[in-house]
This record gives sequence, C-alpha cells and structure tokens, in this order.
Amino acid sequence: MLIDILLLLGIILPIVAGIAIKVLCIPASSGISITGAHVFFTVDLPFGGMPITEAQVNSWLVITSIFFLCLYLTRNMNTRKQSRRQIIAEWIVEKTDNLVRSNMGKNFMGFVPFIAAMLALSAFSSLLSLVGLFAPTSDLNVVAGWAILVFVLITYYKMKCGPLHYLKSFCEPVPFLAPLNLISEIATPVSMSLRHYGNILSGSVISVILASGLTVLSEKLLGSIGDFPFFRVGIPGVLSVYFDVFSGCLQAFIFAMLTMVYVSGAFAEDDYNRRKQKKQAKETL
Amino acid sequence: MLELAIGIILGGCALGAGCAMIAGIGPGIGEGNAVAKACEAIGRQPECKSEVTTTMLMGCAVAETTGLYALIIAFLLIFVAPGRFVDILLDAVE
Repeated sequence: MLIDILLLLGIILPIVAGIAIKVLCIPASSGISITGAHVFFTVDLPFGGMPITEAQVNSWLVITSIFFLCLYLTRNMNTRKQSRRQIIAEWIVEKTDNLVRSNMGKNFMGFVPFIAAMLALSAFSSLLSLVGLFAPTSDLNVVAGWAILVFVLITYYKMKCGPLHYLKSFCEPVPFLAPLNLISEIATPVSMSLRHYGNILSGSVISVILASGLTVLSEKLLGSIGDFPFFRVGIPGVLSVYFDVFSGCLQAFIFAMLTMVYVSGAFAEDDYNRRKQKKQAKETL
Repeated sequence: MLELAIGIILGGCALGAGCAMIAGIGPGIGEGNAVAKACEAIGRQPECKSEVTTTMLMGCAVAETTGLYALIIAFLLIFVAPGRFVDILLDAVE
C-alpha cells in the first residue's frame, strides 16, 4: 500500500516540480507574448555551449512520470485475481501488439516496446500543455531528435541487405535520378518532425492569440465591472479540447504509425531471404 | 527615413505571412475530398467504419503537411523575421 502511494506520488510529483520550476525560474512576461522555450542555463562543452532549455527539462519530467506510471500499472501482477490496473496494462500491451502486427508484420514484433514508448512519450508531452507547462513537442529540437532516430532505423533496415544494395537503391529507376532520391530520403525525417511540431505549435499559438483577443474584448465590454478578464474563463477550454487533447493524441498516433510504415517498408524481405538462402547454400557446400 | 525603412520591413513581413497562408487552400480541399470519400465508404460498408476512420485520419495528417510548412513560414515571418531584418538594417546603417 505504501509503495502504491509512493509510485502515485512519483507520477504526480514531476508535473508539480515542472510547475514549481516554471513559477520560480521563468520571469512572468507582461501581457501575452509568444516565445520559444526558456533557456535556463548553458553548459560549456568543447564544441560550443549546450543550452538547457525548458523543453529538455519538461521532457525529462514526462519520462520520469511515465516510468512511474508503468511501475504503478505493472505492480502486483497476478494470473488468478486481476486487479483493475493490471487489466489496463494488459489492454495497452494487447492494443500495441495488434497495431504493430497489423502494420509491420510478424518479423517486427520486437518493435512493440519502442512504438509504445514513442506513443506514450509523444502523447504525454503534448498533453503537458493542459497543466500550463511548455509542451516539449512544440520545440522543433525535441521532435527532430525523434525523427532522426527513426531515420537511423530506416537506414539500418535498408542496409540489412548489404551496403551495396543500399547504394544501388538510389540509382532506381535510372542513375540520373540519384539526387532526387537523395532529397526524398532526407525529406522523410524533415516532414515527420515538421508535421508534429507544426501541429502542436500552431495549437499553442492560436490559443495564445485567442486568449489575448478575449482579454481585450472583456476590457472593452466589461471594463466597468473590473480588471478581471471574464471572457477568458471557459471559452479557451473549448479550443483546448481540440488543439491539446485531440491534436496531441492524433499526432502521437500518426508519428508512431509513420514510423511503423517507413521502417517496415525499408526492409526488403524478399531480397534478404534470397541472400540468406544463398549464404546458407554456400556454407553447406 | 529609418522609420520608413522599418515600416516597410514590418509591412513586408506581415504581407508575406498572409501570402504564405494561401497554401492553406490546398490541404483544405484535399482533406475535404478525403473525408467525403471516407463518408461514402462508411455509407457503403458501415461495418468497416473504424478502419476507414483510422486510415482517413492518417491520410488527412499527411495531406496537412504542406499547409503546416506554410504555417511555419508564416510564424517565422511574423515572430522571428522582423527582428532579424531590422537588426540587419541597423547594422547596415551604422
């Protein structure tokens, strides 16, 4: 029981810590301004300074929170008497299993934890803006990092049939089109990261613009009652349901989906099997 | 004179942002088409509603990308570019 409470605290405390850090370290801006992630301090490294920003801190807080959530859901697993959280955990695992199996095939079942982690991290990062914190996904650097990771995976699976096969794939259908193939190769991570980042950023910017508009409106219409912006109560929440909850979850799903499609599409299964058979035939000789 | 130059920069940035968002037409039409076809498909085969919806949302998100590129350019033009351009101008004047 005590451990349960500790784990629950582990889920909630990182978010509270994020709010505390925001209140203590970031100076309150006068009026409504749109800025990027706040830079807390810069670490001096041999190859230049590395700024530690709000996005990095918040994403580590999200990672800690998800870690404790997983521990909480999977504690006291029992085959006979299933608790409610065990059913939730099983449901999550089953759904991700089915998703990966239907989109990537049986060869890629090792990808289930990776896809689940990506879904959870992306969705929770976007949902962080519900508690008033800076969503890490509205910083291009965070999402670009994930997209580069996916790009490395794609290249790895293309390389599986040998580096020569990989180089040859650029020269299709004619060698003359190689530069275009190179561009389309690089466009994959760029479009993936910009899609996710653009959706979340546009949501937060539109929310800020709406909030500032409502402040002015309530000053003009209800200025005689008091300074409090009455119109800002409740109305932005309607937009927040779409931009924060729906768009955040949808983008997480799409990022995971595109990862699955690209990675499984990069692996030429027939060629790989043919090469394997050739190798085995050689060894038996 | 300097005020005029800064005014032209700010006006140009705002105009450019507006022009960039013309790109919103394309994804709008495209996504509308996708949703219309999805509705037709669900009307024809109501039993595969969930699959059609998933595929449609996925396609919509991919079709949205071009619009989002324009949106990011517009954001850059509104929030980032004016400061940079004015700095360049001031440096040149000095």
